[in-house]
Amino acid sequence: MADTVHSSWVPRLQGARAASAKFGFQRFMRRRSTIAILMCLPLILIIVCLVVYPAFYSIWLSMLNKSQTRFIGLGNFSYLLSRDVFWMVVQQSAIFAISAVFFKAIIGLITAHLINNLPTKGQRKWRGMLLVPWVIPLALSSLGWWWLFDPTHSAFNWVLTQFGFNEIPWLSAPGWARFSVILVNVWYGAPFFLIMYLAALKSVPDQLYEAASIDGANAWQKFVHITLPMMRNIISITVLFSLIVTFANFDIVQIMTAGGPRNTTHVFATYAFLLGIRSGDLPLGAATSLFMFPILAIAAIFILRGVRKRGREIG
Amino acid sequence: MQSRPNRRTVLKTAALATTTVLAAPYVRGAYAAGKLNLGCWDHWVPGANNTLTKLCNEWGEKNKVEVHIDYITSQGEKDKLTAAAEAQAGTGHDIMSHRDWNIRIHERVLEPLNDVADQLIKQYGPISPVAEYLAKIKGTWRGIPTTVGSQVKPCQSRFDLYKQHCGVDLQDMFPADESKYDKSKTDKWTWDLYLECAQKLYKAGHPVGLPMGQASDAVDWVGALFNSYGVVFVDEKDNIKINSDETRKAMEYLKKLMAVNPPEVYAWDDAGNNRWIISGKGSAIMNPPSSWAVAKRDNPDVAKNIWIHGMPKGPKGRFVGQLPQFYGLWSFSKNKSAAKDLLLHISQKSSVAQLVQASVGYDLPSFKSMYDIDTWKTVEPPKGVVYSYPPRGDEETSMFGKPARSEVGAQMYNQAINTVMVAKFTQGNEKLDDVIKWAEKELEGTLRA
Repeated sequence: MADTVHSSWVPRLQGARAASAKFGFQRFMRRRSTIAILMCLPLILIIVCLVVYPAFYSIWLSMLNKSQTRFIGLGNFSYLLSRDVFWMVVQQSAIFAISAVFFKAIIGLITAHLINNLPTKGQRKWRGMLLVPWVIPLALSSLGWWWLFDPTHSAFNWVLTQFGFNEIPWLSAPGWARFSVILVNVWYGAPFFLIMYLAALKSVPDQLYEAASIDGANAWQKFVHITLPMMRNIISITVLFSLIVTFANFDIVQIMTAGGPRNTTHVFATYAFLLGIRSGDLPLGAATSLFMFPILAIAAIFILRGVRKRGREIG
Repeated sequence: MQSRPNRRTVLKTAALATTTVLAAPYVRGAYAAGKLNLGCWDHWVPGANNTLTKLCNEWGEKNKVEVHIDYITSQGEKDKLTAAAEAQAGTGHDIMSHRDWNIRIHERVLEPLNDVADQLIKQYGPISPVAEYLAKIKGTWRGIPTTVGSQVKPCQSRFDLYKQHCGVDLQDMFPADESKYDKSKTDKWTWDLYLECAQKLYKAGHPVGLPMGQASDAVDWVGALFNSYGVVFVDEKDNIKINSDETRKAMEYLKKLMAVNPPEVYAWDDAGNNRWIISGKGSAIMNPPSSWAVAKRDNPDVAKNIWIHGMPKGPKGRFVGQLPQFYGLWSFSKNKSAAKDLLLHISQKSSVAQLVQASVGYDLPSFKSMYDIDTWKTVEPPKGVVYSYPPRGDEETSMFGKPARSEVGAQMYNQAINTVMVAKFTQGNEKLDDVIKWAEKELEGTLRA
């Protein structure tokens, strides 16, 4: 009897379990988080293959000897730290990135204000025109700039001599060469700041300005006490993003000076290319490029902490 | 209506299919001996690639091998990037052309080619010492010198301006016939006379244009000058020898020479000196005949007054910078014996003559016995302009980095330690002792294991 009872409820239980598992799976698939993960999966796979794997591979590579046959720990890093040229590269990268980001931010802020104050009808035209440098492929525009700065037949020098000025050694004197590569970077990157700042300006409620006007605030006071605080998060994120991209810049320096004269315009990426690809020392090249990582990570931590803090204050 | 297959039909079809599958590899098809993929340097001379393709296809048809060639530009080092990627991935072309130090860089994944090199040496005599230095590693040939793209960088001067402003007849000094070379005349062509002429030409408004950046044209001519002064950076036994009287003498000489060059030479890439002579403003450069060939098209008046000739002589001899290219066979190639046979075919003198002709004399084989190819005698204007492009008379080839171990030399060359050193002294006005100390420290770095 007992056997009969047992044999009758076991299949029912199994059926219930199967139905519940099926229902559970359907519920799992219907969850928003599951759908989100599934939709992000292709992107996650791409990031894992093209970003995460190469990043870990380059860390591994940087700890091998020149012929990639022996593990040498931090040998490549300590070697780099003992080289004068490397320290010059560190200095040049910092000058290049910080000054370029500073000028891009200033120019972006000014132009965003100018455009924001234009009548709505004319704004679109100006926005489109000012975005052109950012839209042209960088390698192509760098080549155009190189022609303008050409050591022998510079178009800028031709204009200068027409007005009776002396020619400027744009790319052959270290100071001018540094100036030239920074100028091109600012020209290329300023529109990104412009568009981000313009979006931020548009999101500032008009009522705040109206209230300030009633309180008798002038334009500068409105800018300092309303616009800047409302834009601080966007400014921080834009600066962080631009700092990362500018530190890692390769095209402009490689095309215009290839690191010369006398290595004075090398940045991390071009120096890594010189050591890794041209000189055939891939581990040393990987070690050079990885030096950017701690610098940018520290900058990112500080900037994002500030953004979160302000976000909490606003929230 | 379809009939159903009976047992006999099924067995017959299966037997036929099995026979076909088993017999297939033995059928002598159009490309029965497989396939070869080549990654070759993309020649700047229009049509030069076609000649190489023709030679390879002829060989392919004869040997039933399907040959496919990808021409890869050296602009932006794309060829070196491709080679680096293939070496890391362990897959790609079978044969790949390698410039300058790339054989040394990829030696671990390159097939030994002693059989091919020995056969060629037996046929045509010794290979240029520079090519041997770059491709023969620890007694094993890892690359075969190519004709395509291999070059030297001798003097290329406006003989009309030299005659007019310096009273020097370069055509008489280096006639288009080696048997007419007069030692008493060629011996007068020294670095001192070169400087004297450069100063006069500078005053006349036609300065010489000698690059002092970090590209290969600059590294090569400075390397040749240092060699002719007996300067050694690092010797075969890893001894750093840069702190020497020879170095000081050469550097003091360069200070005077760079003072009569246009200031922009410190920013020139490999095309800077070409543009200088083609513009008509420059009086002399050190380059392969590519600049003359472009001048022939763009500024014929300049081209007809250009003469390519030997380098100036220094206290230790006359040296010209050489930059050979090589074919390397990847160790992961699936068709090695066919690849070696193809390399032998395109290195034969009959093939080389076609390649030299297609490049209007620019491509230079690494066998001195091939320097009698007609092209160098007949190219014009002026007739014989490129005759002295291959090293003739007492001229020897040089490579900056030699005689150091090639892995050390590769670092020295690619980081342009010689030109940076000169630029620090001549442009940066740093003290000579400080510059030498800087170079010593950089050279110590290149010796790292």
